[in-house]
Amino acid sequence: MNKQDIINQVESKYTKDEIVVPAIGDTVDVHCRIIEGSKERVQIFSGVVIAKKSSGISFAITVRRIVANEGVERTFPLHSPKVAKVEITRHGHTRRAKLNYLRDRVGKSRRLKDRRRGLKHASVK
Amino acid sequence: MAAALLGRKVGMTRIFDEAGKNVPVTIIQAGPCFVSQIKTPDADGYAAIQLAAEDIKPRRSTMQQIGHDHKAGLSPKRFHKEFRVDEADLGGYELGQEITVESFESIKFVDVIGTSKGKGYQGVVKRHGFKGQQATHGVERKHRSPGSIGGHATDAGGSGGPKKGKKMPGQMGNKRITARSLDVVAIDKDNNLLLVKGPVPGGKDGFLVIRKAKRLYKRKHRLAQAS
Repeated sequence: MNKQDIINQVESKYTKDEIVVPAIGDTVDVHCRIIEGSKERVQIFSGVVIAKKSSGISFAITVRRIVANEGVERTFPLHSPKVAKVEITRHGHTRRAKLNYLRDRVGKSRRLKDRRRGLKHASVK
Repeated sequence: MAAALLGRKVGMTRIFDEAGKNVPVTIIQAGPCFVSQIKTPDADGYAAIQLAAEDIKPRRSTMQQIGHDHKAGLSPKRFHKEFRVDEADLGGYELGQEITVESFESIKFVDVIGTSKGKGYQGVVKRHGFKGQQATHGVERKHRSPGSIGGHATDAGGSGGPKKGKKMPGQMGNKRITARSLDVVAIDKDNNLLLVKGPVPGGKDGFLVIRKAKRLYKRKHRLAQAS
């Protein structure tokens, strides 16, 4: 067994069986587990997926949203137990893998058009 | 409990613990090792065991080594390393005995010894973290030089030369390094894997010696005592 196989095998013990992988430009609700003392609650962070990075257990998405007219970005490693669930609420139309240009956009222009292609079988409400 | 293990670095990854915390881990392929020689105070003047690991083609080994391994009933091995043990513990070992990562099950903290990556002949800025000189204000072609290496005063050098141990340019890396008291995160008995927290010296495939931590930092000492 080569080195990468060993690493993959070790990682597979700690990864989730299934994760929802959104596409770039999708609007998602990320349910994060937050532990306050002994209590645990779920907080939802919703925004546009502007980047995906890494692979395996380190796979992460960057989600951007606007809070009080200020852009907020958070990176979520999707295999982390702290990410309870990812829900896709909208598909956006994009032609890039990284949407860094959204950072320079203000007002209406930061919205993405709804995706038209390949949506025949998508089940998004 | 085994004295030590021989292994190879596989690489690094991360895992998430129960609390969801990210833990950087190094995967070490540890063992299985075999006892290839037992040194007794009567015969050798001190008590120690020699461990051997990893099979090697006989034609890659030497007759002396092959014979040495054969005495312990082993096939030719690549690595041999001797470890001091208490005289009282010597009875627990026999020639040819297999020592696996299982023997490290109850151990919380380990020291990992390896050879660091070689960086070649380096200047003081990279090697010792000196600041170098200014970029402007008339500094002439010595922006990364160490500056003065000692004057007349005896404490800073002088009296016949720079002070002993003065930090200067030289070979960096490719040196035996011990990473002390690393947390053992997990043990995989089936595949002889040992997961320790944080980095270990050397590159991938590097030869490593793993032993129980010799001394612990205060915080870790308390942790070990508590459990």
